[in-house]
Parts: sequence; structure tokens; C-alpha cells
Amino acid sequence: MRGPGVLAAWTFRVIANTKLRRGVVATAGFIVLWEIASRTGISRIPAPSAVAVTFNDLMRDPSYWFSWYLSTQRVFAGFLAAMLLGIPLGLGMAVSRAFYGTVFPVFEVLRPIPPLAWVPASIIFWPTQEMSIAFVTFLGAFYAVVINVIGGAQAIDVRYYQAARSMGSSSWDIFRRIILPGTLPSIVVGATVGIGIAWAVVVAAEMISGGGSAGSMGGAKGGGLGFFIWNSYVGGSYTQIVVGMISIGIAGYISSALLRKLGELVTPWLREQ
Amino acid sequence: MKPEPVPSRERSLAETKAPPLRPDPRRRGEIRIADVVKIYGSEATGVRAVDNCTFDVPAGKITVVVGPSGCGKTTLLNAIAGFHSITSGTIHLDGALLCGPGRPKADPGPDRIVVFQNGALFPWKTIIENVAFGPMVQGRLNRKDAFEKARAMLAEAGLRNLESNYPGEISSGMRRRVEIARALMNDPKVLLLDEPYRALDSLTKSVMHEALLETFDRNQVTIFFITHDLEEAIFLGHRVVIMTTRPCRPKKILTVDIPQPRDYSVLTAKRFREYLDETIEAVHEEALKAFAAGERER
Repeated sequence: MRGPGVLAAWTFRVIANTKLRRGVVATAGFIVLWEIASRTGISRIPAPSAVAVTFNDLMRDPSYWFSWYLSTQRVFAGFLAAMLLGIPLGLGMAVSRAFYGTVFPVFEVLRPIPPLAWVPASIIFWPTQEMSIAFVTFLGAFYAVVINVIGGAQAIDVRYYQAARSMGSSSWDIFRRIILPGTLPSIVVGATVGIGIAWAVVVAAEMISGGGSAGSMGGAKGGGLGFFIWNSYVGGSYTQIVVGMISIGIAGYISSALLRKLGELVTPWLREQ
Repeated sequence: MKPEPVPSRERSLAETKAPPLRPDPRRRGEIRIADVVKIYGSEATGVRAVDNCTFDVPAGKITVVVGPSGCGKTTLLNAIAGFHSITSGTIHLDGALLCGPGRPKADPGPDRIVVFQNGALFPWKTIIENVAFGPMVQGRLNRKDAFEKARAMLAEAGLRNLESNYPGEISSGMRRRVEIARALMNDPKVLLLDEPYRALDSLTKSVMHEALLETFDRNQVTIFFITHDLEEAIFLGHRVVIMTTRPCRPKKILTVDIPQPRDYSVLTAKRFREYLDETIEAVHEEALKAFAAGERER
């Protein structure tokens, strides 16, 4: 008898919370309209009811979850590399005029090249396909991180430097106690934007490169979520396409929410009062 | 005004454990400004912000500099603080050259602490971390001792129970008081205040003024205070330096002979009104000039 109680409590919370209520109503409304559109033939995209059935089947299919695993792994590999390289690079450019003058022109020429344009070159350059995809993902996140770090560090008010200097701070103190915490909110923004781009890019990269036949689970459904979508399209399973799309939406949402939560933890002074 | 009574346990803690907050008797803080010129841009075509400016800031007194907005008061303060260079002239602090020939820009240092117009508490540090900042980066105190001293300093300023808040969580009036406490933690010779109460409403301002005078009484630190609020200038200042419009130089120096400690009843005293009238007259003339100059430029 536990189930109904929990459900009732949840329903009550949804009704009591305006923000949550609006979200639930909007989502439900969207699904209803979609269902109507599909059933009346206005839209040829499979109806949500059909998608739900496929989703349910896939939940018990390990290869579907392996696609999740592969894409997630690629996103986090690329994203972490982007953070590890992008934060020092951005800080370096913000701190040193000479370094900025040297690196920024190259950076600005490379930046407009879409990560997807790198896919062929990346496949040629990197020894394994896994590395090629992770590299393209890295590029997607990297630019967002660097640009935000530079902007954030440059936006620190000169008064903070002056105050710190007159209280006797060394350059290292200024870096550690002013520049680093002053840039942290922008690092969080860069990370949140960056991981979103990483998801967008990894899916496309998997579609183009054919996913990756690595591993025993490889093959039809083992190439990551992007490959999963493409493969479903080729195989004519339209409900699976939609499941793949929704999966990516959920993955991106969870990643961003996690980063935002983490961001709030490291920037406690920005919490709403 | 006495600080409000402290619960006995807390008071004994502050008295026994904290390092002494009494001012260093050797501390003076006399500033001599002589023939200072500041030109922004090239000497021929640049903007002359400060011109042949000469006056003294006596040690252990409050000197208030008033003048029309944009007249170059802040330029002078930045030169003393070591944030900006001067073009010529000299500035001495207790006989030692801060900036002058061959040394256009003074080194910023904890003997001259600025309290900024819009405040410069670090938003990412809690109140106690902000106040303890100076002694910690200077390596004079370790974290524990710096916090202890900061706690005592905050308590003395009537700012208890704020220490774990962030600056964004307290009122702007509180922030200014915390910032002055942070400045005093460095045992400065001079406090440089750049229109610190400009953005505050007049009620908060009056509370701030009394708090500042109280702080001054306790610490006897030299104060260099910039404002364009004339009442504020006379209420706070032992000496009021009225500046000309740009380029700025002293037009008139008043010695305000109203005994300290002052409180707000002074505002209605006859002497106070006389000083105020004198100041208004001098400043108004300059304001008219500044206005006319502005019209011409347009």
C-alpha cells in the first residue's frame, strides 16, 4: 500500500507548487497535442503512446544502456579535457597580455570552425575512433569554457585588485584570492554551456563516424546514442529514433543540472538571499 | 555614543584573548602634498586634472576634501594610494617620499588603505575572511589569530553576528562599516575614504557619520575624506579643503573649530551654519565655473 501513498503525496506537491504545476501541465499538454497530431496524420512522427511502448521494451535491452554508457563516457572525457586545458588557458590569457597577444589570434581563427568539420581530420589524426570522437567533443566544450573564463577574469572590478594590493597582497595572493574566486562563476557558466555543446557534438560525431564498433556489445545498438538514432533511421524504426532523441534530451538535462548544483556549491556567495 | 553592552562572556573573551587594538603610538600619518600636477594624456594636449596642488593633511586629524564632481579629488587620492602616477610635484607621508621626481607612482601599501565609493569588500569572502584579509596576506598573523583579531574588531564596531555572512547578504551601510574595520586591521597610518557614503540614504548616512567619528576617537588614525556633501564635510572634518573646479587646487582651507566628539545636535548650532555658509559660497562659485565650462565644451 506504499505506492499509492507516495503517488498521492507527489500529486499533492505538484498541485501545491506553482512552478512545478506549470511544468507538468505544459509537458502534459505538449504530449497530448503531439498524440493528436500523430493520430490525425498531421504529423508523421510516431505518437507518444507508440514511443512509450518502444521505450519500455528498450529499457530491458542492455545494448540501449550501453549506448548511453558510450556517449556519456565520450562526453565526460571530452568535457574534462576541455576544463583541464581551457581553464588554465583562459586564466593565462586573462592574466598575461603577452600570452593573450600570442595565443588569442590563433584561438580566434580556430574557434569559428565547427567541431563537426573536424570529424574527418580527427579520424585521420587520432589512432582510434574513440579518441577521434572524444576530441571532437572536447573541441565543442573547449571554446565555451575558454571564452567564459577570459570574459569572467577580465570583468573583475579593478577596485578588488587595488584593495588587495594596498593590503599587501603578492601576485600569487592576487591570483589565488582575487582572480580565481572572481572567475569561478564564469567557469561554472562555461562548464554548463560547454557540456551542453559536448552532448550536441558527440551525437553528431557518432552519426558521421559510424559510432564505433569497439567492444563485444558493438554493432547495431552499441555505438552511442547518436549512432543509435542514425541506425534506427536506417533500419526504419521510427519510434526508436524518437526514443534516442528523448534520451539525449534527458542526458543533457541531467548533466547541466549536476553541474549547476556543483556550481552552487563552489560559489556559495551567489546563493539567493 | 558607547557601544551597546556585550553579553559578559563575549566581552571577557574579547578583552582577554584578542590582541590589543589600541593604536600604535608611533603611528602618525601626516601627508604633505606639494605642487602636484596630474595631466592625463600628453603634457601639451592632455587634460589637466590637478594643477599646482599644495596642502597638508595633519596627522591624527580628519581632513575633508570637497569640490565639484569630476574636479580631480579622486585623482589626488589615487596618487596617495599608489594606484595612479602624478605628472610632477611631490607627496610625502611622515617625511618619506611617496611619489615625486623619478618616482611618478607610489607603491600601494597597508599604511594607506582606501575605502572605495562603491565598496570593495570581496564578494566571494565572508565578512570575517574579508576583515582578516590584510594581516593574513601580509603574513603578520596566521589564520586563527587574524580571525580572532577580526572578531574583536567587528565586535568593537558593533558588528557582531555577521561574520559568516557574505557581503551581498548585508545592507550597504553595514558593508561600509565592515570595510572600515577591514582597513583598520592593517593598522594604517592614513585612511583614504573616497565618497564612501555617497550611495547611502540620509538616515543611514547620519548613523555612518557617528560610527566613523566613534571609530576615529578610538583609533586616532589620520583620515583623508573626499565628498561633495558640504554638511558631511563640516560635520566630520577638522580641516576642510575646498577645491577649485578642474584643474583642481585648493581654493580655501577651513579649520573647523567645533570640538570633537561631535554629535548631530551640532548641525543646528550657529557656528556650524556659519562654516556651512562660508563653504557654500566658495563651492558655489566653483560649481558655476564648472557648469559654464561644461556648457562651453558642448
